[in-house]
Amino acid sequence: MSALKLVVVTAGLSVPSSTRLLADRLAEATARDLRETGREVDVRVVELRELARDVADNLVTGFPPPALRDAVRAVEEADGIIAVTPIFSASYSGLFKSFVDVLDRDALTGKPVLVAATGGTARHSLALEHAMRPLFAYLRAVVVPTAVFAASEDWGANGADGSLAGRIARAAGELAESLAGRPAAPRARTAEPEQVVPFAQQLAALRAH
Amino acid sequence: MQFGIFSVGDVTTDPTNGRTPTEHERIKAMVAIALKAEEVGLDVFATGEHHNPPFVPSSPTTMLGYVAARTEKLILSTSTTLITTNDPVKIAEDFAMLQHLAEGRVDVMMGRGNTGPVYPWFGKDIRQGIPLAVENYALLHQLWREENVDWQGRFRTPLQSFTSTPRPLDDTPPFVWHGSIRSPEIAEQAAYYGDGFFANNIFWPKEHFQRLIELYRERYAHYGHGTPEQAIVGLGGQVFMRKNSQDAVREFRPYFDNAPVYGHGPSLEEFTAQTPLTVGSPQEVIEKTLAFRDTFGDYQRQLFLMDHAGLPLKTVLEQLDLLGEEVVPVLRAEFAKNRPAEVPDGPTHAARVAAKETEVASK
Repeated sequence: MSALKLVVVTAGLSVPSSTRLLADRLAEATARDLRETGREVDVRVVELRELARDVADNLVTGFPPPALRDAVRAVEEADGIIAVTPIFSASYSGLFKSFVDVLDRDALTGKPVLVAATGGTARHSLALEHAMRPLFAYLRAVVVPTAVFAASEDWGANGADGSLAGRIARAAGELAESLAGRPAAPRARTAEPEQVVPFAQQLAALRAH
Repeated sequence: MQFGIFSVGDVTTDPTNGRTPTEHERIKAMVAIALKAEEVGLDVFATGEHHNPPFVPSSPTTMLGYVAARTEKLILSTSTTLITTNDPVKIAEDFAMLQHLAEGRVDVMMGRGNTGPVYPWFGKDIRQGIPLAVENYALLHQLWREENVDWQGRFRTPLQSFTSTPRPLDDTPPFVWHGSIRSPEIAEQAAYYGDGFFANNIFWPKEHFQRLIELYRERYAHYGHGTPEQAIVGLGGQVFMRKNSQDAVREFRPYFDNAPVYGHGPSLEEFTAQTPLTVGSPQEVIEKTLAFRDTFGDYQRQLFLMDHAGLPLKTVLEQLDLLGEEVVPVLRAEFAKNRPAEVPDGPTHAARVAAKETEVASK
């Protein structure tokens, strides 16, 4: 079987960022689990900070500049997604949501997605359940049961059960499991010719009423 | 190959001096621009149809009738006529009347408009946008070709033995284009009827319009109207020129940066690299326009958007001088080179009447 495509979308703003750190840990754990079951995986990271102006331009013009187009295509063709955002004002960041807004509404249909977030304190953690999960449910993605939140204090905690490391392992395991059975079938959506309902059928549909 | 201009008819503040033209000034400016188009040797003037500020052209046949009376050769078109919210009976009548007044120098371009609220303003349901375009055009097509029409549909009252008057000039309806920015259904509709397909080709990268036109050409052949290369394709384009490329960029930048459609987003340089917009010397405009043929194949009509984003009338008229004197003559000569004999010319009333007579004679 060919390699699975795992795309990591990360919306951290500082360099280095704890959001990116969390994204990398999740990607590594998922890739490791998949390789243990004999599946190869290609990981691609989409750093939204680098695309911030492109995303704003797309909102204004209605089309993506080249680098953003490339990132959008990667998301569309991915077998699975890891989406990680900092929590701002009780929800995903504006940049993260703007990127989601420029995706085609069918881009994530049926795709396994692991959602994760970072924030200053654990008091923000349920933003994953009341903001991120419904967003991806709306897009008809299949969100794995465990969402991973990392507060500043988590990065210093020990490795006991329920720790950040444990949550990463559990979520990555869930994503790997939902990807393992998938035939890697990249959908070259944008390369397909336009599909159209034959005109006679469009006319007939009107007459049927 | 036909060349011309198309206007959205927007009233936009000039960002360089803060001045906003009145509606009256803008309407008179559109007429001045149309007359100038004929003066500099262009073939076509087309106006949009809009029913909300800041746009003025709500009544295209009124404006085009006025322009018809003051021109001799110019083909008058719309870009577009709302096939969704106008009564097809009234479209049939208005454009047939215009055809008679203009001695046949009339085209229509069908479209669905650029704003959702226009549907309820005219008592229509936006969720029925495509079905309205399909059914209304089917009726319009019939009204122009059959004297006594019995008709029943979903979206308007039935007609019994109805005759739309006046009949089209020489029993030859205006040539119809179907304009689309994004819908493959509209390309399919144009192909089904053997009508023209116009791709706006302005605001987005060319690859997007390339897919629509390829679909249209392929379906045109599928429906037996000719080869894919014989399908009737029109393209938009957007340019700003000065003799000197740097002067064009310097002068146009504030208009670009504040333009209603793409302003406050990408830079002028990024947008010209990514879309068909050209800002530069007449030679650069010639080169970029000639490249359209490589992307879309030999085509029939090229319309440029020249009067928008708050550009003053004086500047637009200067642009038309450059277009007519330095750009279009070269484009005519270059596009004629290596153009296969079977590729049709741009549609005219005279040619359509002649074709019809040949067809009748051969039967």
